[in-house]
Amino acid sequence: MANQAVHEFIRAKVSTRGSGEQPESSRQSSDSTVSVQLQCLSKQYGRFGAVRNLSLDVFRGEFLTLLGPSGSGKTTTLMMLAGFVNPTSGKILVEGRDITNEPPHRRNIGMVYQSYALFPHLSVLRNVAFPLEVRKCSRDETKARAMEALSIVKLESLADRYPSQLSGGQQQRVALARAIVFRPSLLLMDEPLGALDKKLREHMQVELMKIKSRLDVTVVYVTHDQEEALTMSDRVVVMADGVIQQIGHPKDLYERPVNRFVADFIGDTNIFDGEIVTTGPLITVMISPGVMLHAESSKNFPIGDRVCVILRPERVRVGAESLNCKNQLEGVIDRVVYIGDNSRVRVLLATGNTLVAKLQNCGQTLSMNAGDRIRVGWDRESTWLVPAPQNVPTPSALDDDGSF
Amino acid sequence: MNGSRAAPFAVWVLACLVLLFLVFPIFVIIPISFSGASYLQFPPESFSLRWYQEYFGGGGWWESTLLSFKIAIVVTFFATAFGTAAAFALVRSTFPGKAIVYGVLLSPIIVPSIITAIAVYFLFAPLHLVGNWWGMVLAHTVLAIPLVVVVVSASLSGFRIVLEQAAMGLGASPAVALWRVTLPIISPGIATAALLAFLASFDEVVVAIFLSGTNAVTLPKRMWDGVWLEITPVIAAASTIIIGLTVILFVAIEFLRRRSETIADGAPLVCQ
Repeated sequence: MANQAVHEFIRAKVSTRGSGEQPESSRQSSDSTVSVQLQCLSKQYGRFGAVRNLSLDVFRGEFLTLLGPSGSGKTTTLMMLAGFVNPTSGKILVEGRDITNEPPHRRNIGMVYQSYALFPHLSVLRNVAFPLEVRKCSRDETKARAMEALSIVKLESLADRYPSQLSGGQQQRVALARAIVFRPSLLLMDEPLGALDKKLREHMQVELMKIKSRLDVTVVYVTHDQEEALTMSDRVVVMADGVIQQIGHPKDLYERPVNRFVADFIGDTNIFDGEIVTTGPLITVMISPGVMLHAESSKNFPIGDRVCVILRPERVRVGAESLNCKNQLEGVIDRVVYIGDNSRVRVLLATGNTLVAKLQNCGQTLSMNAGDRIRVGWDRESTWLVPAPQNVPTPSALDDDGSF
Repeated sequence: MNGSRAAPFAVWVLACLVLLFLVFPIFVIIPISFSGASYLQFPPESFSLRWYQEYFGGGGWWESTLLSFKIAIVVTFFATAFGTAAAFALVRSTFPGKAIVYGVLLSPIIVPSIITAIAVYFLFAPLHLVGNWWGMVLAHTVLAIPLVVVVVSASLSGFRIVLEQAAMGLGASPAVALWRVTLPIISPGIATAALLAFLASFDEVVVAIFLSGTNAVTLPKRMWDGVWLEITPVIAAASTIIIGLTVILFVAIEFLRRRSETIADGAPLVCQ
C-alpha cells in the first residue's frame, strides 16, 4: 500500500518536471534562486581528508540529498553546514550571508537526527516549544505555534506524552515538528529514517515530501540508501572519498552516470570493461578477444580508449526475446533468485563476465534452473558508456543493493 | 525441582542473617537510648526519655547538631558546585596531564583521613582556622569534592551529548543548552552527589577532632568526647538521631536514583 503511494507520488513529480534531457546542473523549473552555497569546503582530520574542496549550490525550496557510502564525507558536510564541525578551509553562505564561523545556535537552521535527540525530560509539547522558548516568544504564541507544528505532523493528541512513551515513527515526527516550528529557511536531515522498518520508512518518505511542499522549505538530506535518495530528491549529490562524483536529477544519475562509481552505486548494474574498436555515434567495444559489444554514444570516445559498458539488469532480454537484439551472448545460469515482483537471473557468460538479468514477474512461469544454457541479449541503446577509472573509488560491498 | 525451589529459600535465609549481622549494632543503640540507667546497659531495664531531654537541653548537644548541619549545608553547596564543574572539565575535554589532575582531585578519599587531618591542622593553626567553623567547611569541602566528581562524572558520561547539540541547533546558546537540557537531565546524579557530600561532612569525625578546638565542636566530635570522658546514654540518643537522619537521606537518594533511571532508560514516567 505504501509502495503504491510512493510510486504515485514519483509519477506526479516526474510529469510536472517536463520531458527532455536536462544537463547535470539543471535548475528547478519554478524557482532558481540559490539559497545555500558551499565554496571549496574542506575538512582534514590529520592526514585524512574527510571532505575535499567541495563546492555546491543549493536552490531555494529544493530537496537535495547527499548520497554516498560510509566515509564519503556526506555527514561531515552536513555537520559543517549545521555548525558542529569547523571547516579546515572554504566558505558556507546561506541566503548570501557568510556563516562559516557562526556558532550553531545563531544559524537558524532546523536539524533532524537519526537518533531523534528528543529531550527526555520534557513532554512532546515542551520539546516542540523549545526553540520558541529559547527565542523568548510569548507563552500564548509559543503554545499556539507548537500545536500548529504538531498538527502538521498529525500528533496533536500526543502533546502531553513523554518521548519515552512514543514509538519510533512518532518520535521522528516530533523531532520534525521541533525542527520546523521556528520556520527555518533550511532544514537538515541526517539519515532520519534509518532506524525505522521498511514499511514505516516508505510511509514517512511520503509524509516528509508532503510536509516539505506545504512548508516551502529547502531540505538537505543525508542518506546511504540510494533508493530513498532517488525517491525523495529533486537533485542528488553522489559523494565518495570526500569528493562529489555527480550531481543531478535522480533520472540523470540512473540513466546517465558519469563514472563507474556512480553507475555501480545507484541501482543494480552490469559493467563490462573493454576497449573502443570503432568510434562515431555507433560504437563497438571489445570486452574480450573476439567479443564485440555494440553501443551508441553522443560523446567522443577515441579508438583504443578503455571504457566501461553500463547495462542495467532490466534491459537484458533472455531466451527467445534475445534473438532480436543487436548484442547477444551465451552463458550458463548460475542462480535464479525470486524476489516477488521480479526474478534475478545470474548468468556466467562464455567471456568470463557475470551478468544479472532482472525479469519482471508478469505471471509467466519461469523454466530456468541453475546449470541451464541460456542466451541473453540487449539493444544498442540499452547501454551507456563511461570512461574506465584511473583512481575512482569502488563502493563497498555492503552498499550494493540487491547484489549477491 | 525441589532443589531449585530450596536454593532460593536458603539464599534468602543467608541474606537475612548477613543483613542482621550488619545492622545489629544499630538495634543495640536504639533501645539503649531509651534506657533509664545512667550507664550503657543492654538490654535496658527501664524506660526513660531523659537522655533525649539532655540532648535537646543546654548541654551543648543540640548546638553541636546545629553546627554540624550548618557546616554540612555550606560544604554541600561548595563541593557540589566545584565538583560538578570539575566533572564537566574531566569528562568533556582532553588536555595534557589530565590523569594527574584526576588523581589529585581524588586523593582526599585515597589518603587516610588521619594524615589529611594532621596536615590540615598544621596548615590551619597559624591561619587561626582551628576552632573556627570556616576551617571545618574548607577541610570538609576538600574531602567531599572527590565524591561529587566521581558521581557526577558517571552521570555525565552516560549523558547523550547529541541532546546538547540538538539544543544548540535549535537556537540555544551553549549556556542555555547546559541550563535547560544538560543539568536537568543529570540532576538526579548531581542530587545524589550533593547528598553524599552532605553525609561526608555531617558524619566526619577525624578532621573534626583536630579542627574543632572549643568553639567549633561538631556533633561527631562531641560524641567522640563523650565516649572518652563520660559514657552516658545521651550518646545513644545522639546516635539514634543520626541514624534516623541517615536513613531518611538514603531513602531520598534511592528515590532520585530510580527516577533518573526511568528518564535515562525511557521507561514510562506516567502510569497508563
